[in-house]
Order: sequence, then structure tokens, then C-alpha cells
Amino acid sequence: MGNVLHIVVCAGTVPDPLQTLEPITGPNGPGVKNEMMLPAVLDPWAASALYEAANLAARNPGSKVWLVSLGPKAKLQQVMMTVAQKVSFELVPIDGPLGGFTDAHATAAVLAEAIAALPGLDLERLLLFGGWESATRGAGVTLQLIGERLGIIDQFQGVDQIDFREDGSFEVLERVEGGKHQASVCMGTPAVLGWATGNLAEPRNNPQTGMANMRTIMPALQRAKPAPLPANGLRYISVALPKQQRTTRVEKDMTPDAIARELVEWIGAE
Amino acid sequence: MESILALTHADESGSLTKASLEIVTAAAELASRFGASLTIGIVAPDAAAAAAIPAPAGARLLAVTGEAFAQPRYASDAAACEALCRTAQATIVLAPADSRFARVLAGVAHRLGGVIDTHITAIGGAESVEVTRWFYRQRIEGILSRETRPWFLLLEAGLHAAFAAAPADAQVEHVPVELPALRTTVSGLRAPAQGTQTIRPDAKLLFVAGAGWTKKQSDGKVRAAEAGELILGFLRLAGASLGSSKSLVDQGGDGQPVLPFLTHMNQIGQTGATPRHAKGLSTCCHGEEPHVVGWRFIGERRAISLDPNCGWTRGKADVVYVADAFDVMAKLNLLLDARKG
Repeated sequence: MGNVLHIVVCAGTVPDPLQTLEPITGPNGPGVKNEMMLPAVLDPWAASALYEAANLAARNPGSKVWLVSLGPKAKLQQVMMTVAQKVSFELVPIDGPLGGFTDAHATAAVLAEAIAALPGLDLERLLLFGGWESATRGAGVTLQLIGERLGIIDQFQGVDQIDFREDGSFEVLERVEGGKHQASVCMGTPAVLGWATGNLAEPRNNPQTGMANMRTIMPALQRAKPAPLPANGLRYISVALPKQQRTTRVEKDMTPDAIARELVEWIGAE
Repeated sequence: MESILALTHADESGSLTKASLEIVTAAAELASRFGASLTIGIVAPDAAAAAAIPAPAGARLLAVTGEAFAQPRYASDAAACEALCRTAQATIVLAPADSRFARVLAGVAHRLGGVIDTHITAIGGAESVEVTRWFYRQRIEGILSRETRPWFLLLEAGLHAAFAAAPADAQVEHVPVELPALRTTVSGLRAPAQGTQTIRPDAKLLFVAGAGWTKKQSDGKVRAAEAGELILGFLRLAGASLGSSKSLVDQGGDGQPVLPFLTHMNQIGQTGATPRHAKGLSTCCHGEEPHVVGWRFIGERRAISLDPNCGWTRGKADVVYVADAFDVMAKLNLLLDARKG
């Protein structure tokens, strides 16, 4: 394979999925209580995008991966301690607010500006990667908006696979309804790919990769520019936890036969 | 005053998709509530299909037609939707949150200087439009409003009845589209290479398999093959759709025993799907929060687990059977088979 790719991965940080979330409303709008204190991870679908990007770059010599991330510097530093050990990349941190209640349009504007200003980035070779939705806002629109701002009109969402060909074209599998994939062939870069799970397992931690990455990550974090995000007319009326508590009947002494009979009744005619 | 545009598209048969017809209903209700004008925008491969669509009385009908719009693709769909929106000049644009429109409408909103919100589950408000959506993967519910127009809203499926009426009397206005150079060709649809189609969005029942199916059982042995037969047998007999917890799907990458018909497409939860079925039956799964957020829209929930203190018992399921799923599913399949018999 001989495609030199410039892969930019957009990924935020999110609270560890096992944490309990409690919404609060402060002077700057809604947020999650103690979100800065909660353990954080790289956004799961965006992490899939990062691993796919690194895999693609490794198979195409001369390629490069940037990780562009918007969030509080302290939180980015915490998450990078783990992520940096997974794959090689150059971090482009942007010091901005945390959480899922910020406006996607404002976020996209900041990210697009940062990407366009990346030294050495060739937009003709660009693959813009990210998760197809975040685990915070979960709107699935930020990548599209960045793509539009960068003038990219070949965009794919819910991507599980990309296969490059010798001529620079590539086939993409996107998730569509009914548990199926839509297969498309794009003539080449630039393109936007919002990743679903992909097919790669999470890479094992490699301390050498981590040390190499951290040499550039720490100075980059120190240089990170602040980026306030305007609300763009977005107004929250309320944020709340769903009322989801059920009264659970726990059956400890039913025989398998009795359970099966009850389940047949419950399932009903199909 | 608001003006409403309902964006719809045809499926491969040429008819409007069910999700599109639901949007027509939602748009008609919203227009009626706010005294707004209503326009229906259609993306379809041929003009005949566009002319045959049902629409509320008094609605303006706009259509973009042509072979380029037969299949979903960002460049062509974005151009089509942009043309429809510019012609309609609507302040609120409603569209289904299906894969086709979810792929393009944020880009279209940007082109029109508008804003977009997705995964909308309710539209309310008395003086102005307020919408409800989920944050943090169905863990926090928010109600929001926006001043910027046009405001694009992608509605989740199943919130409204599909619009049903005779084809509209109104003349369909065909909107010309200037397509950019198309660099992407859609080859078609592919089912995951798993033999049996296990994902059935229209099924009444979701059956979820957890990691316990491939762990050592009470006899000290791993019975993954038997588990696979029981699960596939149940899916066939009950017509259920198959979901899985993340741990079971991930096991393949860790070299542990797997159920060969499971893929990441079956995954439910924080990093998987959030399906909508009337009922859900969980087996051999702990019911922890990252998994259960994928059950947010499952109506009735039951679980079979050997752990009497698992997450399902803490207000997440209606009934939890503390039992061996191998035994229960074997009996259940026999009963279902006999009933079909």
C-alpha cells in the first residue's frame, strides 16, 4: 500500500461509564455534578477511531495521526496518561469546557479552526476521523459540521470498516437500519469518517509508545489555547435524571419449568 | 411565526419510509399547534413516487427526484436537502433520525446558517418550540430551545403514528438541484457475515445474551456450542431480535470462547445500540449501568441470572429469575416448539 494519509482524529473525554452522573444547573448552564472530579476516559467511539487511524497509518508508511481534543487541560492530561500508551499520535489540545451541554456548532467551529491551522497538514490527504456520536452530547453532528467547514463532501457515519486500494480509493462500510452495512466506494481523500465500533480490539498499553508520545504531549498541553464556547442561542429549560426506578420482583425459588411457562405466557403469541 | 418543513425520503420500493411518514404526522401536529405553514419535502428516485405520497390537506409539496437520489450518499443527499430547504424557507425543519438523514442534515444546517438537534424524543412548548432529548447516552434527559433559525430537528422513530391518507391533491413542485462532482458510489447493502440474520428491529422481543453464556458452568465446563444452539433456537421460535452485552462481543478479541453469530452490531448499551422493542429478556448478564442505558426504550424487562444481587434486581428489570439460563432456555424452547407444533 502506498497511500500517504494525514489522519486527524477528533476525540473528547467523557466520564468513566461506570460513574453515577447527577445533573446540576449552575451560573453557566447545566452540567454534571463534580464532573471534573470524576474519572474520565477517551470517548469510546472516538477511541475506536483513534485505533483504526493508527492501524491505517501503520499500513501506509509516511502517514501521520493527529489527535485533536477539546477539554480542560487537567482532564486531557489525566486521560492522555493512558491513551498515550496505546498508539502513536501527535496531540493537539484545546483548552475548553467539559461536558455534553455545550453547543455542537460552537465546538465544531473551534475544532475546524484548529485543524485548518495544523502545520504540515495536507487537506488533500486528509481523513477526518472521530466517533459517530459522543458519549456526552451524543448528537452525531460535530464531525459533519467540521467537514462542511473544511469543504469535505464525502462523509460517512457509523463506519465499521475502511479498506484502501492501490489507486487511493477506498471502500467504507457504514451501519444502517436493520443490522446491515451500506458499502460505498470513495475515489479518495479527503473524507470524513464517523466511526462506530470498528473491528479492532483495544491495543495493549505499551510504555515505550507512551514515553515517546508524552515527550510531545506535555509541551502541547502547556501551549494549549483557551477556547470559550458561545451558547449560540441554545437555552436549556431543564436537565434531569429519568424516572426509571422499577419495582423488581425477584424470583429465587421457581423451577426452570415454572419460569419457562411464565415466560411463554409473557412473550405471548408471536 | 414559524413555518414547518418535513423532510422525507423514499425507500428502495419508491414509497416513503415509515419513519418519513411519522415525520409527516409530527410536522402536521406541530404546524397545527403553532398555526404555522407546512411544507413536505421529498427526496425520491422518480417523480411518480413523489406524486403518490400522502400528505395533509393544504401542505405544499416539494420534491427532488432523479437517479442520483436513489441511494443514500452525503454529497447528493446534502445537495437535495439544501435545495428543498432553500425553496421552502422554513424556520423549523423536521426529519427522521434514520441513517440517511442523520448522515447529512448537520451539514445542510451549516450551509443554511442554521442549527441542528438530533435524537429528539418529544416536541413541546406553548409560546415557543421546546424539544426533549437525551444526554450522556440516555442517562440524563434535557429540554431545550433555540433562537436561531432554521432549526433542524431529527426525531427518533416510533414517537408518532405513520401518516396515512390518500395521495395529496396538491401539485408537486420539482426543485432543481445542482450536484457537485460525485466521488462516492454506493455498492449496496451487506449483512454481517454471521450466517443467520439476528437483528430484527421490528420484533416485539429483544433477547440479550450476556458473557455468562460462555463462562464455566456449574459442571465446570464451558458450553459455548450448546449456548449458541439454545440462543439461535429461541430466536427462531420466538421471532426475537438478538442483542449482547459489550463484554461478550469483546471476548472474541481476547481469545475467549465466543458465540460465532455475535458481532459489534448486536451490542447494546453505552457503546452500542439503543433498540426499541416492547419487551426485553436478558440472560447471563449482570445488568450494569453501561449496558442498561441501551435498554432505555425497552418497555417490559425480565432477566434470568444466577446472581440474586445483580444490577437487574436494583430497579432495572420488572422480574428477575434467579436460575440457570441453560436450564430455563432449554425448557422454554421446548414449550415454544410445542406451541408452534
